[in-house]
Amino acid sequence: MTYELTAPLTRDAAARLRAGDSVLISGVIFSARDAAHKRLCELLDAGKPLPLPLEGSVIYYMGPSPALPGTPIGAAGPTTSYRMDAYAPRLLALGNLGMIGKGRRSREVVEAMKEAGAVYFGATGGAGALLSRCITSAEVAAWPDLGAEALMRLEVKDFPAVVVIDSLGNDLYDIGPRQYHERHGEK
Amino acid sequence: MRELDSRLIAEAVADMCVRANTVLPDDVRAALDLARRDEDGEAARGILDTIIENYRAAGPVPICQDTGLACVFVEVGQDVHISGSLADAVNAGVAKGYTDGYLRKSVVRDPLDRVNTGDNTPALLYTELVPGDRVKITVAPKGAGSENMSRIAMLKPSDGIGGVRDFVLETVRLAGPNPCPPIVVGVGIGGNFDKAALLAKRALLRPVGSHNPAETYSALESELLTLINSTGIGPQGLGGRTTALGVNIETMPTHIASLPCAVNINCHVSRHVTEVL
Repeated sequence: MTYELTAPLTRDAAARLRAGDSVLISGVIFSARDAAHKRLCELLDAGKPLPLPLEGSVIYYMGPSPALPGTPIGAAGPTTSYRMDAYAPRLLALGNLGMIGKGRRSREVVEAMKEAGAVYFGATGGAGALLSRCITSAEVAAWPDLGAEALMRLEVKDFPAVVVIDSLGNDLYDIGPRQYHERHGEK
Repeated sequence: MRELDSRLIAEAVADMCVRANTVLPDDVRAALDLARRDEDGEAARGILDTIIENYRAAGPVPICQDTGLACVFVEVGQDVHISGSLADAVNAGVAKGYTDGYLRKSVVRDPLDRVNTGDNTPALLYTELVPGDRVKITVAPKGAGSENMSRIAMLKPSDGIGGVRDFVLETVRLAGPNPCPPIVVGVGIGGNFDKAALLAKRALLRPVGSHNPAETYSALESELLTLINSTGIGPQGLGGRTTALGVNIETMPTHIASLPCAVNINCHVSRHVTEVL
């Protein structure tokens, strides 16, 4: 199935997605990678407010290249998600419903996703030039000192992704290669 | 002795950083096109189409936002004298290329305090003295998603070719979807702990589709490529035939007690530009 999604997400929209579905995401998402996640969790530790609304949020694991003049953002493809595994369960427990990245997630993250009813999307790694075209505006939401690792608020239009892990814990990284072997009868 | 102004090196490096990050080399383009032809799954073909469309769409926007650590290989002829510091010239070139070319600055000054240096320096500079009076420079920006999936093993001589084969395959399986497959696999066999890793990195500079001149290793490259593309990992790890575009093996003599084997993984944005000054 292909779904057009609006971000931030509703619980219903997240719940109906299944691993393997294609989605086009439009709306407001936030980009954050290693350093921004560390700071988000430090704020939570200190009991301070976060610089983004977590309820229904979609967080894109991405650090862009600088914007060329007249464009909102440079190349903007996903970074490898497992580096955010240490932080993601805390954000999921507080309302985060969608993560966009690439690569496998830990058992702890998948359990936290099932608990929260959240979804993990995969975007095509290494397709940063194309994906940047789906980002219509980009502004630093916090921590400009982090450069490419700053927390950014992005407006996206028809951002293409695939549901890799759904809210039931189905994982396309297991299903996809298995289906390939079933088609080819080899192991 | 020939004189070479180090400022020419800086200019060349700056230009090569931008070119490497915006124009995918012909060997990788050809390998992707071939992979697309041979891929049979609909989803996998769609991903390869996106990857091909992306490299065509790049420039001046970089192909990938991870414009990498600037790995700069310099072969210096013994009969050329470089006025000024080679390292300073390379770093000046990297800073200029990454700043003027709108490339991402991805270097932190210290592995633990992690403060960004702001201009993607220092470069990772690999120098070698060679005969002649020329300076050959290769700039190979290297992304971390694939670099982080690389491994080294100090195998036993008794492990032999089977041990090498198993270790390379295990490394690719453990990497799975993380390094942005389809990948290019650089393998270094022999030397010692550090030289094996360097061989693996240098193997990635060789064009995809080229072969090691020794028959044993050329055959092993082909066999490993077939085995890797039978894992079913596929483009982006979502299932398919195209897990790797190529396997390049480089070797050197080693100790009677050792069989070091390093695997350096590169993503499909396998970048390298060479110039001779």
